[in-house]
Formats: sequence, structure tokens, C-alpha cells
Amino acid sequence: MTSALDESDKEKTRSVSVDLNNDASLLIDIPDALCERDKVKFTVHTKTTLSAFQKPEFSVPRQHEDFIWLHDTLVETEDYAGLIIPPAPPKPDFESPREKMHKLGEGEATMTKEEYNKMKQELEAEYLAVFKKTVQVHEIFLQRLSSHAILSKDRNFQIFLEYDQDLSVRRKNAKEMFGGFFKNMVKTADEVIISGIKEVDDFFEQEKTFLLDYYSKIKDSTAKAEKMTRSHKNVADDYIHISATLNTLSADDSTALKKHLDKLSDLFEKLRKVEGRVASDQELKLTELLRYYMRDIQAAKDLLYRRARALADYEHSNKALDKARLKSKDVPQAEEHQQQCLQKFDKLSESGKRELTSFKGRRVVAFRKNLIEMAELEIKHAKNNVTLLQGCIDLLKSN
Amino acid sequence: MTKPAASAPSLSVAASLSKPQSATLEELEEEEQEDKFDINISITNPEKIGDGMNAYMAYKVSTQTTLPMFRSKAFTVRRRFSDFLGLYEKLSEKHGPNGYIVPPPPEKSILGMTKVKVGKEDPSSAEFVERRRAALERYLQRVVCHPSLLQDPDVREFLERDELPRAVNTQALSGAGFLKMINKATDAVSKMTIKMNESDVWFEEKLQEVESADQQFRKIHGLVDSLVGHRKELSLNTAGFAKSVAMLGSSEDNTALSRALSQLAEVEDKMEQLHQEQASNDSFCFAELLADYIRLLGAVRGSFDQRMKAWQRWQDAQSMLQKKRETEAKLLWANKPDKLQLAKDEITEWEAKVTQYERDFDRVSATVRKEVLRFEVLIYFFFKTLVAFTLLIKYWEAFLPEAKAIA
Repeated sequence: MTSALDESDKEKTRSVSVDLNNDASLLIDIPDALCERDKVKFTVHTKTTLSAFQKPEFSVPRQHEDFIWLHDTLVETEDYAGLIIPPAPPKPDFESPREKMHKLGEGEATMTKEEYNKMKQELEAEYLAVFKKTVQVHEIFLQRLSSHAILSKDRNFQIFLEYDQDLSVRRKNAKEMFGGFFKNMVKTADEVIISGIKEVDDFFEQEKTFLLDYYSKIKDSTAKAEKMTRSHKNVADDYIHISATLNTLSADDSTALKKHLDKLSDLFEKLRKVEGRVASDQELKLTELLRYYMRDIQAAKDLLYRRARALADYEHSNKALDKARLKSKDVPQAEEHQQQCLQKFDKLSESGKRELTSFKGRRVVAFRKNLIEMAELEIKHAKNNVTLLQGCIDLLKSN
Repeated sequence: MTKPAASAPSLSVAASLSKPQSATLEELEEEEQEDKFDINISITNPEKIGDGMNAYMAYKVSTQTTLPMFRSKAFTVRRRFSDFLGLYEKLSEKHGPNGYIVPPPPEKSILGMTKVKVGKEDPSSAEFVERRRAALERYLQRVVCHPSLLQDPDVREFLERDELPRAVNTQALSGAGFLKMINKATDAVSKMTIKMNESDVWFEEKLQEVESADQQFRKIHGLVDSLVGHRKELSLNTAGFAKSVAMLGSSEDNTALSRALSQLAEVEDKMEQLHQEQASNDSFCFAELLADYIRLLGAVRGSFDQRMKAWQRWQDAQSMLQKKRETEAKLLWANKPDKLQLAKDEITEWEAKVTQYERDFDRVSATVRKEVLRFEVLIYFFFKTLVAFTLLIKYWEAFLPEAKAIA
């Protein structure tokens, strides 16, 4: 299925990060995407005034793996070691709705046609929601890059946006070259290395403590939010079944109770639409926000890690220099190596401080926006429900 | 001799509330307690008696009534929670075996009461007490709305007597437990053995209707169980989320955001309670609705019995009339004029009886004991849900300025 996202949809969904895509010199968006079985094909659309590009406006098709390739090459680039690399978008995951669809197919015989159709509708909506989310998250990744002073100029980024052939050849080459070395190292060792270093800078000492603690807390909150949202969906599904059974009862009933049952069935139908909407709003605003910043904080931790390694390297180079001086052997090389390490470390520290400070601001702004929007949506839905229920009560009382 | 089957009787339903205009929340609450039987209960002034783990809440139970069976028009007593549970036990023991389903009181809450006992003066304790007060009030009001229960001397004693003997080892029936009870009652009704005339078409139709409805109820019962289970899960997961957000807030180094996150945790905590109450609302209201429906079906089945008896009596009267006619014929033959007049009188008498019993049979076939289907239960269910959403609005509107204050 194709899905063209209209402007209002995009406004709603583009909320986990703010102040992106404002610079007219490079505007990127994903106006549509195609879902074929497991694979999602994104259309990446660029509008630019920069001379680095061959055309002022162009579109290319890209797969999820292309985004990962781009992310990984950025991570592996030495020059960017002092930057927070925007987290890679997660793989499109249609597992949940697909499994539910399968179960629904198996249980088709046990439910009425109406019930089956309603469940199917629900699942299709779920598919669509997953689809929209994955588009959003891929789009934000690109927009983070385009709004970053240094990363937006990256050559591979430009290739990604512009190259009108398949990127899969490049992807294979990249894998062979780097072998994901840096990535793997980060995954296994970061917490230990980061907490282990003797910090000289107060700023980084505080950041380290904060980020390590915050990460574990936000990871937990994300998991709990996901659980909560799933429960909400289950309740909404139950309402569908109850509404359908009441309908059957009402159809078979030849007494004056028929009207009564009809009303009840109707109410449950309305209630489940509401429960479903609350669940999906919560998912979009709260859960997505937490998920995104969990990944972003991991990216910040990666930066701390790289700086910690640079410090470790510097300390080693110092020791090596002392040794060289003692032995009076290879001193100039050792001195140069030490200088390089120091420079690298200083550069990382300076750049890191800048990045972490702006990250803080970005996070606070995004939380603010999402929390406000979520509260407003909850109020809106609740007010709708109050009107709905009041109407039902009035109707019953007038009988 | 046989009569063709009477036309199928219809179940009659009377709605018991009939105010047509729309109402505010307060008006709705008042109407909920409106006297249909000229009796009004209010529960007020919760007061903590004693200290520590033996402490308890005492509530003022005030009755206003125009019914002559009570000692006066207005009176007040003090009752504690276990008294309400004791009343329920007595009533369900007495009326339950008759297939009568007694409305249960609100659930026990160990956590809620411990907070109160320990003397935690926080707003959540006060809220707990208020919710309990309201639930107890609703409970009593429903009891007095049942005409049979109102006649019960235990109910009168509960409302009027100054000191009640302490009820011990009281069990509270949860919404889920109540649903289980409904299921048992359904079983009891379906097992009612009925002697029937095999060629009775009317009976066949009715039995079929009743049995098919039984099946659907079981299905709904299962579905409501699932709904209640999922809601409880949701409540649990919301509580877990609330705790997690509170932790996150305490880690947050931006002051305003930290405060907003702990506010969010509190809102989610309140949501958890709302979900719990909605779970209890769901199971309770469905149980009540199913109970009503079962009573209706029970009435249909009861009418089978009555109809059978009326039929039998009519048949017997017809046999008797036949015998009397034969006797008359014999007397005519035997030429006994004085006995003949007696015989003729008896024939007239039995002819009248046959006509009477035939009319009875027709009447019984045409009507079924009117059971009231209480729309009020449905309204109550919608109303409680509405209240939940109103609270929800309140909580989020209180949160909004905190979110906007983030900088």
C-alpha cells in the first residue's frame, strides 16, 4: 500500500524534534513511501539552494538499509568523533499487526462478519500507524543531519540525497571496509569505560553522571509506556467483541429489549473508537518521545565514550613519551604522537561541550512540546466522550 | 377438547426512570438518588474512630422517607464498613436461594484503609474515603430500590437501629465475584425442570428463545471477564509507568521539566485509580444487566409452570363435566327426577368452571409476570463512565500549565 502523508499529518507527527527543516538552503522530507511485504521504500525529496548539489530539487528512492549505511559511515568518520551523531532510525517493524492479522484469520469462523470486519479495520489502522511512525523517524534522521552545521556538508550525506542509482553496492563496500568495528566497540564497553576515567573537567563529570543515570531511567520509562499502550489497545479490542455480541443478541431478540440492547451495543462501539484514539495519541506523543530520546541519549553517551577513549589514548601517549625519554629512544615520534593525542582530545572536548549543551536545550524543548500536545489531546478526547455519554444518558432517560 | 396454542406472550418492560431533560453533573447525581419508593438515603461525615491498626471510619447514614413502615420520617445512625458487608451477607443468604440476585457492596481495599488507619493526611487518603462514602451511598440506595429487599427486616434494622451487633469475618464480593454468581444463577434457572406437553408449539418457541439467549449471555460473560482483566492489566501498567516517570523526573536536571515529569507521574497515578474503578464499574454494571435479563428469563420459565397448571385444571374440569353429563344421562334413563335436578345443577356449576378455567388458561398464556428492566443500571454505567472522563479532564487541565512552564 502507498501512503501519501498530508501536511497536517506531518505536522502532527513531526514532534519529537523541533526546529528542524527550517533552513531554506537545504529542505528534506519524505512525502511518500511504499510498503511491499517486509520492505519499505521511502521517497526522499530534497529542495536546495546549495551549489554542492547538481539540481535545486530532486527525489530518490531509498531503503531502510541505506539509512543505516549513512549512519554508520558518519559514526566511523574520525572527524565527527566530537559530534553527537543522530541515532539511526529503527527498522520498520510490522510484526505486531501482522501477528494479530494472522490470529484474526484463524479465528474468523468464530465471529460474525461484522465483528471480523471491525477487527480488520482496527488492524489496518494499526498497520497505518506503524507505517506513519517509521516514515517520521526516518525523516527526522535526515532532518537532524541537514540542520547540523557540520554534518550537513558530509559527502556521503550528499550522495545519499542525490545519487539516483541503487546504493546497495556502496553499502556492501562499506561493510567490508569498516566491519562495524567502532560500532561494536561502543556497544560492549561504553558504560565501563566512561565511568572509569578520571575526569578533569567538571562539565563532563556532571554530564557523565547525568547521562548514565538518565539513560537507564528513560529506557525503563519507554518500556513501561509501551506496555501501557498495548493494554489500552487490548481494552479497545474487547469493546469490539462485546459490541458485536450485543448486536447478535439484539438481532435475535423479538422483545422490547431489542432497543435497549441496540443502544448498549452502539455505545460500546463508540467507546472503543475513543479508547483506540487515546491509545494511539499516547503512543505517538509520549511513547515515541521517550523512545526517540532514549536513542538520542545513547548517541550522546557514544560521544562521551569516544572522548574517554581519546583521553585514554592521551594518557598512554604520555606514558610512552616518558618511557621514550627514559630510554632516549624515538623521542620525537613519541612527542608528536602525544601532541596529536592531546589535540584530538581537546578538539573532542570542545566540540563535545558544544554538542551536549545544545542537546540539553533540544531535549527540554521537545519534551515541552510533546507534553503540552499530549495533555491537550487527552482533554479534547475526554470532552468528546463526556458529550457522547451525556447524549446516551439523555436518550435513555427520554424513553 | 384441545385448544390451539395461544399466541406467544410478550415480555413487558417498564423503564423506571423517566426524566427527559439533560442534566449537569450535580443534577444527575441527585436524580440518581431520586426516590422511586419514597425513600432517600444519604451517607455523610466520615469520621475516623480510634488510632492505629484498629482504627475505622464511621459514616453517618441518614434516611428520609414517607413510608409508614419506618419509625419516623427522618432518622440517622452511624455505621462502619463492616456493617454494610454484614448486611449484604444476611440479604444474600436469605434471598439468594430464591434465585434473587442481591446487589453487592463496594470492595474492601486494604491499601486504602491502611493509609487512613496509619493517619496519612495526604489527599489520596481523603480521596479514598470520599470514593468509599459515595460507593456506600449508591449501594444502600440500590438496596432500598428493590421492593422485596426494602421489606426485609434486616434492611430496616440497618437503617433505623442505633447500635448494631458487630459483623465479623465479613467478605466483600468483588465485581468479578458478582459476575461468577450471576453465572451460577443462570445455571440454576436453566436446570429448572419443566413438565411439558410435547405437542405444545408455543412452549417449543419460548424454550428455544430462552435457550439461545442463555448461550449469548455466557459469551458476554466471557467477554466481560476479558475486558475486566485487560482493564486491571492497564491499571497495573499505568501504575508501573507512573513510578518510572517519577524516577525519570528525579533524574532530570532541568528544574521545570523535572517538576513537570513528577506532575505527569501523579496524573498517571490518578489514571491508574480511574482504570481500577472503571474495571469495577464494568463488571458490576454488566453483572446487574445480566441479572436483570436472567430474572426476565426466569419469569418466562416460571410462566411455563403456571400455564401447565392452568391447562391441567381446565382439562380436569372438562373431565369432571363429562362425568356429570354421563351421570345425568344415567339418571334420565333410570327415571329419578329429584336426583336429576341435582345433577343438572352440578352440570351448570361445572360448565361455569370449565369456562372459567379456559379463560384462566388463555390469560396465563397471554401474560408473563412483569419484570422491571432497570434502565437505571445502564444510566448508572454511562454516568460512572462520564464521571471518570470528567475527572480525567480535571487532571490533565491541572497538568497543562506545568507543561507550559517548562523552559
